[in-house]
Amino acid sequence: MLQNYVPILILFLLAAGFGLGMVLMSAMLGPRRPDSEKLSTYECGMTVDPGARRPFDVKYYLVAMVFLVFDVEVVFLYPWAVKFKALGLFGFVEMLVFLFILLVGYAYIWRKGVLEWE
Amino acid sequence: MTFSMADMRLLTPHLVITAAALLVLLAEAVSPGRRKGYLPYLGIAGIVVAAFTTPGLFGPARSGFSGMLAGDAFAAFVYFILYAVGALTLLVSDAYLRDEGRDHAEYYALVLLALVGMMLMAGATHLMSVFLALETMSIAIYALAGFFRDERSAEASFKYFILGAFSSGFLLYGIALLYGACGTTEIQGILDAFASNRALAGSPMALAGVGLVTVGFAFKVAAVPFHMWTPDAYQGAPTSVTAFMATGVKAAAFAAVLRVFFVAFQTLHVDWSGVLWVLALLTMTLGNLTAIAQTDVKRMLAYSSIAHAGYILVGVVAGTPEAGAGILYYLLAYAFMNIGAFACLIMVGRKGHENTELDAFAGLGFKFPALGLAMSLFMFSMAGIPPTAGFIGKFLIFKAAVHQGYYWLTIFGVLNSAASVYYYLRVIVTMYFKPEPDTPVVEGLRAGPSMALATILAGLGVLYFGIVPGGLVDLAEQALRYLV
Repeated sequence: MLQNYVPILILFLLAAGFGLGMVLMSAMLGPRRPDSEKLSTYECGMTVDPGARRPFDVKYYLVAMVFLVFDVEVVFLYPWAVKFKALGLFGFVEMLVFLFILLVGYAYIWRKGVLEWE
Repeated sequence: MTFSMADMRLLTPHLVITAAALLVLLAEAVSPGRRKGYLPYLGIAGIVVAAFTTPGLFGPARSGFSGMLAGDAFAAFVYFILYAVGALTLLVSDAYLRDEGRDHAEYYALVLLALVGMMLMAGATHLMSVFLALETMSIAIYALAGFFRDERSAEASFKYFILGAFSSGFLLYGIALLYGACGTTEIQGILDAFASNRALAGSPMALAGVGLVTVGFAFKVAAVPFHMWTPDAYQGAPTSVTAFMATGVKAAAFAAVLRVFFVAFQTLHVDWSGVLWVLALLTMTLGNLTAIAQTDVKRMLAYSSIAHAGYILVGVVAGTPEAGAGILYYLLAYAFMNIGAFACLIMVGRKGHENTELDAFAGLGFKFPALGLAMSLFMFSMAGIPPTAGFIGKFLIFKAAVHQGYYWLTIFGVLNSAASVYYYLRVIVTMYFKPEPDTPVVEGLRAGPSMALATILAGLGVLYFGIVPGGLVDLAEQALRYLV
């Protein structure tokens, strides 16, 4: 049974070997004349200012969470739509309940002012 | 996979409480910032309605949702423990949160949703539904532990979250290995797999799975050496949440432990009982010895809850239906006495100052006679002194252990229980025999009608089930008969 995986093993070895070989070859063959510009993180474009490591407004996190919730809702809706006929009335009611619960969440965040962006 | 109305019947109590949680949130959304004193009572109403839909579940074991959720007497019994925990927690929280200025609808909704998670955990008959329920419960509790937003509350929440997520990993890995060994994650299916294939019990994969599942549960019930998060999480969390965590999470986790170890791993008792024997001994001893050294009553109760997990583990080691019934009784008794004790702790505090140091209790017994009486009752019950429920609980569990021949473990348990009397009685001695300092720490009690009601109900529970335990023990034994 394990023999079936030999081609995959060979592929792994080839891929790793190819990657390693390229890195090694460029390290051995390439000329190296570093200067400060070349060693900086961004060789082109504007200088980054200010750094990215600063606190973000908490609203971004709220929006991200709300987005996630409603995104997952759609993930559920797709397979349901595909199997709509097979699931019948029960599936329909079930999805209505699910959507209703999310609607409660929507009403909640709306009234709580998550959607207002000052 | 199809559902029937019979399946939905098993889920009725959970649906009712979920609906109550949604209602609480909607009420907050419709009128934010208005008076919300009624919100906890909305939650309690939900719990009462759910309780009325539950007795139908007593009776022969059924299983619904393709073997995911049980509708048996065992689940129903644990549901009732959880209703008591949930309703008492909401009652205790009301005045407390208002005083601290944190009475938000989210708190009550999270308590109700955690309660649903606990109930699902008690009813789960499939390791996947055990895991899902555990996460539903835990995520709500992580948020609750950090509800006060001060440094200690945040620390409690964060520690609980990190270690809880860590332990979930162990549990999940154990489940995966068991699936590899048995080909199913259904609890009955695992039992059948082990019963039909004797060689399976010796396979390293199955044993590693059992071991990892044990570690995962040991984290949740705070058994030594997986207890490190407990003192900080319990001390930092809002006191009402500590009471909820110590009683509700423990009841749900031990219900799942009973189902998994008594049913799924039934034939492996020889293998796991030795490990749990050591865990039980360590948990009792370390919990009690460390509690003795505490000068803060809230932290002392955190260590005492570790010790109580140890006593319950003695019952798990015994592994008989008799021991299981003792555990169920103990969980209910522990719910009453622990929530009662934490209610007393809430009462001595004031906004921003918990006043939980032992010295703060000096002289309170005469200054506030009702508080002194209630606290003494709960301390006596925790120490296991008759005629309280705490005594009967310990008696039932130790009796079951002796019947199985675990004499040494029982002796250690009784010795531990004797040692614990020291630190429980110390609270009473401080309350009655130490004079109040010249500048009183506790000026007045944070007691409203709801707090008084919760304390009285908890006290009555401790006394009633301590004096006439017969009916409850019969119910617990009946619950176990349908489980095993």
